[in-house]
Amino acid sequence: MRAALKKMATAIAMSAVAVAAQAEIKPSVIYDMGGKFDRSFNQASYSGAEAFKKEHGINYTDFEITNEGQREQVMLRFAQRGYSPIVVAGFQQAPIVAKIAPQFPHLNFVTIDAVVDLPNVRSVIFKEHEGSFLVGALAAMKSKNNAVGFIGGMDIPLIRKFGCGYEQGAKFVNKDALVMQNMTGTTPSAWNDPTRGGELARAQFEKGVDVVFAAAGGTGVGVYQTAADAGKYAIGVDSNQNYLHPGKMLTSMVKRVDLATKNAFEDEKNGEFSYGLQVLGLAEEGVAWALDEHNKGLVTEEDIKKIEDIRQKIIAGEIKVHNYEDTGSCTY
Amino acid sequence: MEMFDQLFSLLGATIRMATPLIFAAMAGIFSERSGIIDISLEGKMLMSAFAAAVVSYETGSPIFGLGAALFISMMLSLLHGYASITQKGNQTISGLAVNFLASGLTVTLGHAWYSQGGLTPALKNEQRFTAIDLPGAEWMGENIPVLGSFYERVLSGHNILVYLAFVAAAVSFWVLFRSRFGLRLRATGEEPNAVDSAGISVAWVRYRAILIAGSLAGFAGAYLSIAQNASFIREMTSGRGYIALAAVIFGKWHPRGALLACLLFGFLQALETRMQNVELPLVGELPTQLFSAIPYIITVVLLAGFIGKAIAPKAIGRPYVKER
Repeated sequence: MRAALKKMATAIAMSAVAVAAQAEIKPSVIYDMGGKFDRSFNQASYSGAEAFKKEHGINYTDFEITNEGQREQVMLRFAQRGYSPIVVAGFQQAPIVAKIAPQFPHLNFVTIDAVVDLPNVRSVIFKEHEGSFLVGALAAMKSKNNAVGFIGGMDIPLIRKFGCGYEQGAKFVNKDALVMQNMTGTTPSAWNDPTRGGELARAQFEKGVDVVFAAAGGTGVGVYQTAADAGKYAIGVDSNQNYLHPGKMLTSMVKRVDLATKNAFEDEKNGEFSYGLQVLGLAEEGVAWALDEHNKGLVTEEDIKKIEDIRQKIIAGEIKVHNYEDTGSCTY
Repeated sequence: MEMFDQLFSLLGATIRMATPLIFAAMAGIFSERSGIIDISLEGKMLMSAFAAAVVSYETGSPIFGLGAALFISMMLSLLHGYASITQKGNQTISGLAVNFLASGLTVTLGHAWYSQGGLTPALKNEQRFTAIDLPGAEWMGENIPVLGSFYERVLSGHNILVYLAFVAAAVSFWVLFRSRFGLRLRATGEEPNAVDSAGISVAWVRYRAILIAGSLAGFAGAYLSIAQNASFIREMTSGRGYIALAAVIFGKWHPRGALLACLLFGFLQALETRMQNVELPLVGELPTQLFSAIPYIITVVLLAGFIGKAIAPKAIGRPYVKER
């Protein structure tokens, strides 16, 4: 009797394990320094993961990096616990993925905003220059002084890429538009200095700029606030940030990091995980401009038509948007 | 006119950038003149910036926010004081501990309360100190050339804390160099034995000095989160506490010198934001990092003895022991 019970218990336990192994995946996300709720890049990964959880009822594990030393430790721990896929947000984490991924060939890794060429890594990058082109075009359409501004966070090629696309968009609409570009700094603290962001915005406003686009993480919050105080338009980045100052944010250059995260989780769940490079642009709806109830009073039907027209032309290849990272310079 | 406009906008920005430095530098002077090294300015500013943003948001009143900032900052001062005055611990280490505490606690609490990754919710305009126009600013700007424009663009249009910073500098000077309390405070930093033998408690003088320092650092923090910005953001002090400390040294532990140093550093920061992508004749485009490095460079040069001499209070960093 006792032996039979024991056998039965074991059988139940084993079948439970089998079922779990089949259906349950252990997805995870590692956010970069800005933190999970930066209202921007990292928050987009978070909302993608949350959307997946809501739809499929599968929990995920996440971690917010708060200092450089944690990166390797956390990724290693996630891998040792068998989490897969491990979605890694942010270009600064790429070297660590390149180090850890080969040690765990049976796990899947996803890098967002960075390319790591390994057999078990999917690299997702975005054509930020295309999205920035669109918002640059809208900025130039809305600028009364024919002067638009760009404020970047840390001075790196990725951020220059935003600025370069924006400049091209503005000049496409108005050849003579003045495009001012500023970077906040050269160290990671440039992502978290709203005071300096606000000062940069003020300096641009004093030179006539009346629409400012910030791609600067937490620093951007200061830029938007200053713009709202000064009665100028601001353009958000990565997540849809229109709600931060309703009626004062012209639009946001949305990067669908949420989709990238959600897709990775879903592919893992369906056993269809693919590897290699994924480049998401306007055509793939990986980048877009945001139109919602907070900014619809600011853009007219005509504006929308013009922007949609430009969007179609970029997708069709009639407008070529130069990518800063191709040449390391903004000559087009 | 164009040139004056540029210059005045630069000077206006200088004043805005210098304000938190001035408060923090005055805090540093009070503390260090009494013999307590105050490396914890950064942490106190950060923590009070957080407290100000939270309380302003919850109560809707920037005055309460400012009060909370002062209170929290003074509590941190007491913590630093208990370790370094009463327990006679190492002042640099206890100061660093305050910085670490602030850096971690602000983000953790902010995250627990608002779930926005350590940010606090954005404040509405009535929940913060907004710019005030001095009487007649617009009229003078339009009707009086140069001087009127100077009045409108440099002097007017700041928030109340900016003006308070300059008041604080003047009051600091008066208290330190014209009052009996100031004399005792400075004596405590130079010769605590003499103060003690005159029947004055060294510990009590030092505690009062760091409480004043705490309240001044509280103003600096509140300025960052509820005047110049409209929410708390993690690590938003971005090293301003250390720059202020550099200003204290550069100003030779004197309010007047420190005020000038803060204005100089503020000017450099304002210049940095305006010098990007600007081609200078002969030199070309200057790297902006140069501007952020200058305050530290000149402080080091000063300490090395090239520009005058910076002599610290004699008893700084030494806990006072009554008898050996």
